[in-house]
Amino acid sequence: MSKRVDAVDLNVYYGDFLAVEGINMSIDARAVTAFIGPSGCGKTTFLRSLNRMHEVLPGARVKGELLLDGENIYDPGVDPVTVRTQVGMVFQRPNPFPTMSLRENVLAGYKLNGARLSKSESDDIVESALSSANLWAEVKDRLDRPGSGLSGGQQQRLCIARTIAVKPDVILMDEPCSALDPISTLAIEDLIGELQRDYTVIIVTHNMQQAARVSQKTAFFNIAGTGKPGKLIEYDDTTAIFNTPKEKSTEDYVSGRFG
Amino acid sequence: MSSSLTQSDKRGVAGDRVFSALTVTAGVIILLTLTFVVLFLAANSRGAVYQEDQGGWIVGAFFDYAYPLVIGTLIASLIALLLAAPVAVGVALYISHYAPPRWSKSIGYVIDLLAAIPSVVYGAWGMSFLGPELIPVYNWLHENLGFIPFFAGDPSQTGRTIFTAGIVLGVMILPIITSVCREIFIQTPKLHEEAALALGATRWEMIKMSVFPFARAGIISGIMLGLGRALGETMAVALVLSPGMLTASLISNGNSTIPAEIALGFPEAPPGSERQAQLIAIGLVLFVITLLVNMTARWIVNRHKEFSGAN
Repeated sequence: MSKRVDAVDLNVYYGDFLAVEGINMSIDARAVTAFIGPSGCGKTTFLRSLNRMHEVLPGARVKGELLLDGENIYDPGVDPVTVRTQVGMVFQRPNPFPTMSLRENVLAGYKLNGARLSKSESDDIVESALSSANLWAEVKDRLDRPGSGLSGGQQQRLCIARTIAVKPDVILMDEPCSALDPISTLAIEDLIGELQRDYTVIIVTHNMQQAARVSQKTAFFNIAGTGKPGKLIEYDDTTAIFNTPKEKSTEDYVSGRFG
Repeated sequence: MSSSLTQSDKRGVAGDRVFSALTVTAGVIILLTLTFVVLFLAANSRGAVYQEDQGGWIVGAFFDYAYPLVIGTLIASLIALLLAAPVAVGVALYISHYAPPRWSKSIGYVIDLLAAIPSVVYGAWGMSFLGPELIPVYNWLHENLGFIPFFAGDPSQTGRTIFTAGIVLGVMILPIITSVCREIFIQTPKLHEEAALALGATRWEMIKMSVFPFARAGIISGIMLGLGRALGETMAVALVLSPGMLTASLISNGNSTIPAEIALGFPEAPPGSERQAQLIAIGLVLFVITLLVNMTARWIVNRHKEFSGAN
């Protein structure tokens, strides 16, 4: 079920402002790819263009091609809603639907697709999604309680369960651990390692140890200065980026000599 | 260091005391006002339920007088709500989530302008324009849907019916409900909207999944605010409606509402008479109805607190 992602000469705009320029990269299926770089370098903007969430903001648009297993998701005939069912997203802050129970949260994507599920089918989906998100054991006795009653780390795992319940091809994660404590972070990182068996996982992170721990490939983004577009500086195996970077700025950033 | 834990900022403490005294006073004044209004209404309405020369308690007579007015008030308000609430929610949604950003502000202002029109203007419009325009509609309703009790009875030939009054009230409460709903819709956390969109929701599905659940309490409060206005609206109804006996038909002459009854009757009621007591008593009834409406609204809003997203 997992698909590769290729960006071809991708430019991302907010109105007239060019935020990310000329991205060319191939992201492997069934692997974890990390985006690192200083704040404002466009890594989150680029991530959000991968499932067409970028264009939700007024004036935001994209030029170039983004291929999902060879199919351009920015083709005029493509419905962004369909793209988003295939490319799931986990946000920086956990955002379970507060008015829904845990169970309804997990099934939210199915409800959108208009699927009619029997009780046992939906029970199976809830259990397998929550198990894959390493949350089942903690919440199986309170599936009808509101999702907002969980701890931050549990909420984030609930959001991951909600995303993988609909079996997407790609999972995007925008700093999924930045609002979590170290123990919850560890739980999410373990989970990312397991997800990679079935999904293409792309994660934006500010934490370089995290990138080194969870990813096989790492992309380093940077900007020349305020108001300048963000660019992809270097993209390679994670071990290469952290040990033998080719670019000077990559080396400065990963070794903490940045700025 | 000379400072010790027992010293404190004297001026700050004084300011704190003054401010807390002010807020307590303001709170007490509201409660006192409310108490005096209730006491005044209760004391002066005694004559409506007790008259020496009629053999003591006359609760039954007052009830016979009051219930048609209560029903009339509720009918007019209900018509207004049924017409205004869906339109208001739709307009608010359009402004908050559909209209291009540079239009939404001006549309909002226009809606707010509707609230600035004095109720006597609405009344005059309803009486001299809307009513006559509706006469053919009432005739048609009577001919084609006359088997429904609401449209039985002879259609009014002036158009000044409870239905016309309800429509006018609906237009009047539209901006109140709209602006409350709009404020709430705008405040929907982006986080939850994006959660829905990222799962593959269309715009309408996103609104159903994240905006409506978040705004539920706000929509109810907006509707209740509108209902409060509709229940208490005097001038517009007094002008539009030609009052009469209670009748099930909404398109005939007849029916009346409590505020209109008080407004039309009070100038002619001699001070201290049974008639005046009656009018004040019916005012007390309206007060209780409004109170019940607000309490029900609170109860509905609180029922699902746990799932409201407030925690």
